[in-house]
Amino acid sequence: MPSGASELTSRLRKICGSEHVLSHAHDLATYRSDGLSHYQQTPVAAALPGTSEQVQQVVRACFEAGVPWVARGAGTGLSGGALPIADGVLVVLSRLRRILSVDLDDARVIVEPGVTNLSVSRAVAPTHFYPPDPSSQIVCSIGGNVAENSGGAHCFKYGFTTNYVTALEVVLSDGTVAQLDRDAPGYDLLGAFVGSEGTLGVATKIALRVIPAPESIRTLLAFFEDTGGAGEAVSAIVDAGIVPGAIEMMDRLSIKAAEQATGAGYRLDAGAALIVELDGPREECTSRLEQLMELCSRTGALDVRLALSDEERDLIWRTRKAAFAAMGRIAPAYYVQDGVIPRTRLSEVLRTIDTLAAEYRLQVANVFHAGDGNLHPLVCYDSAREGEPERAEELSALIVKACVDAGGSITGEHGVGVDKKAYMPSMFSEADLEAFQRLRCAFDPHGLANPGKVMPTPRLCGEVPGPYREHPLERAGIAERF
Amino acid sequence: MATAPEPAPETFEAAAAALAAAGAESRSVRILGAGTKVGWGFPTPQADLELHTTNLNRIVEHNAGDLTAVLEAGVPLAQAQRRFASEGQMLALDPALGPDSAATIGGVIATGDSGPLRHRYGAPRDLVVGTTVALSDGTIARSGGKVIKNVAGYDLGKLFAGSFGTLGMILAVSVRLHPVPVATGTALGSSDDPDLLGTAARALAAAPFELEALDVSWNAGHGTIMARSGGAEAVRRSTRVAALMRDLRLRPVDVEIDDAEIWERQRAAQRSERRALVRLAARPSLLSAVLHAAEACGGTVVGRAALGSSFVALDPDAVVTLREGLPAGTVAAVLDGPAELRGQLAPWGTPDGGALELMRRLKARFDPAGACNPGLFVGGI
Repeated sequence: MPSGASELTSRLRKICGSEHVLSHAHDLATYRSDGLSHYQQTPVAAALPGTSEQVQQVVRACFEAGVPWVARGAGTGLSGGALPIADGVLVVLSRLRRILSVDLDDARVIVEPGVTNLSVSRAVAPTHFYPPDPSSQIVCSIGGNVAENSGGAHCFKYGFTTNYVTALEVVLSDGTVAQLDRDAPGYDLLGAFVGSEGTLGVATKIALRVIPAPESIRTLLAFFEDTGGAGEAVSAIVDAGIVPGAIEMMDRLSIKAAEQATGAGYRLDAGAALIVELDGPREECTSRLEQLMELCSRTGALDVRLALSDEERDLIWRTRKAAFAAMGRIAPAYYVQDGVIPRTRLSEVLRTIDTLAAEYRLQVANVFHAGDGNLHPLVCYDSAREGEPERAEELSALIVKACVDAGGSITGEHGVGVDKKAYMPSMFSEADLEAFQRLRCAFDPHGLANPGKVMPTPRLCGEVPGPYREHPLERAGIAERF
Repeated sequence: MATAPEPAPETFEAAAAALAAAGAESRSVRILGAGTKVGWGFPTPQADLELHTTNLNRIVEHNAGDLTAVLEAGVPLAQAQRRFASEGQMLALDPALGPDSAATIGGVIATGDSGPLRHRYGAPRDLVVGTTVALSDGTIARSGGKVIKNVAGYDLGKLFAGSFGTLGMILAVSVRLHPVPVATGTALGSSDDPDLLGTAARALAAAPFELEALDVSWNAGHGTIMARSGGAEAVRRSTRVAALMRDLRLRPVDVEIDDAEIWERQRAAQRSERRALVRLAARPSLLSAVLHAAEACGGTVVGRAALGSSFVALDPDAVVTLREGLPAGTVAAVLDGPAELRGQLAPWGTPDGGALELMRRLKARFDPAGACNPGLFVGGI
């Protein structure tokens, strides 16, 4: 524990109230990891501020004590982005869960960061909805979504968190507050902040755009011999200019696990299942649905089922969303990856994964957002078997490499966090990383906001080089610095 | 002694070297595409060097199956669109392209310019998935990638979109494409009453029509709302939109199937050669107040009815009155207009103090030499 820690902790207690600052190891157990539980760390203290002013004071206190801090929402992240720092403070935002305003005339909702994703859609239903829908949407918080630029099954058509955040109130690491607004003049600070994984500051108020709920939703479940066949169907759909609300694919192993969990009636003899959801104006859905069913049959679907009721649709989706959790039925543990590939390289990359899995004598289940090429390979292993966790980790890394080699990305929606920072140099050169660091240093020159995440190696911010020079416009009296 | 830099470099390396040389010698650089928006922002003294993207003009990739493309900054947007259209695709960015449709992709992104399609598809920042930039110390840096879903690293693409070349020079971008709708139809409904237009715009925006575009125009006491549907059933859908327009008491109401010209007119009215052009960002529900304010100054308006983004053309002398007459919180940026006016009026409006401080820090980190387009942007950055 660094010197002055107890002084800082007592200051935090004054700010938040004693009951909202945890500093004993047993109280901190819950906060030692996020959704990626194989990374664990106990912070010096966890502060649970109840207002945005308290967040500001907590951050200010950390700044004055020179102590780093990590912001945490619901802790569902899958990249260790909210992993605490041993010598740092965890700023837990779960008490900031008020919906501050719902204004359908402007299609805007303003929330505190601890509000859950699903409750935004609930607040504007039935006429509107909030499109980004990570699988954890029942519990994950909007503040976490902003930090990670979360996606979800429907982002192929509707886009990501960054496309829906219209304004933020943020606390910077020196405790100052800035208003970032999409419509404000100047640099797109908002765009830089969303998805910065808590390294530029912490959002304390979040304005979101919501959109009209689709008039019609048609959900179709098709089974194929193998993922290659399902991949062909996806290509045919996209080539026909159809933009479904969601296109999700599951392979044989994930079907097996998920079906055991929900008993939805997924075909166990199929090598791949494809969920295609059309949404929009009813005429368009009806006309596209016909075309879609024909495309599935033409590309060799074994079976095409249409959800005939909301219950049937829910069951299809519940099964898809259960895939991660259900994997426990197949193996005691797994690594989940989040690589992205250009969609047209799908078959090739899946073949590579199969070959690698055979070589490493491990099972890999594949669940993915097929429309945008975001794969979630689940590398199954058993820690009780010697060498298996290491083999799984190695295989996992090779799968990420295969995605990057195919022209893709190491992460589509889970974020870099601590988990994937070692892969950053496979995608970005030293010059690229150095440019990232310039952004980070502009927001957080002292490196106090979530240090040790995103960047592969620790870096410090130097002073801004170059002396102040008077601008020609200042000389001419046209513009002034303020 | 550095050799004289090329004014229109053909490679990324040459562009970066030219910037670095200027930076090292404390010379100012004006970064230019086709120059169609060169008059926007604070007027600035003649730069020591003009650096053109003209020769960075390759369409590097068009991955039709992946709905992505990689373009060098100097590619004219119109040329790229022709290429995408040959595969039934488009980059969903339709700003006014200037004389001879010369606007380049780099210029459109650097200025954050957009048109009616913003309603459905967003602004440049929403369509750029990767960026390569040159900085004034000679760095060439990439961010993002060329897949449509990607959260690895910081989103410098958004930072550079709309930064007016003040952080560095955009060399190339990867963009997300969309299919061109197989058919379109536009419903038009008119009224002379700004309040009725405001109410109708809200109702149309809240209806589940999934419109490609929802625009408004206002000219000399007469306004029209136009709603474009795209897709196999576009015509039937437009009929339904028209029915709602009638319910909302817009008169007359028409459906136009051959609708390209309507939208071309909207785009063209986002620029003004002879008058001043002020771009507004207001809460969408304030549309009627915006129309009233523009009418009071003899201004004409086009804009995105559901987004609160409007373009007012008016006499330069009336700009101050317009700004005073707008609802509180509206951002009014003077784009086209005499240099004199832009010099006097703080053309960008006033940013939040905390945000401006961040912008200055960003400028200092990315362009420590202060070489890139100095003085023209917000706060004289």
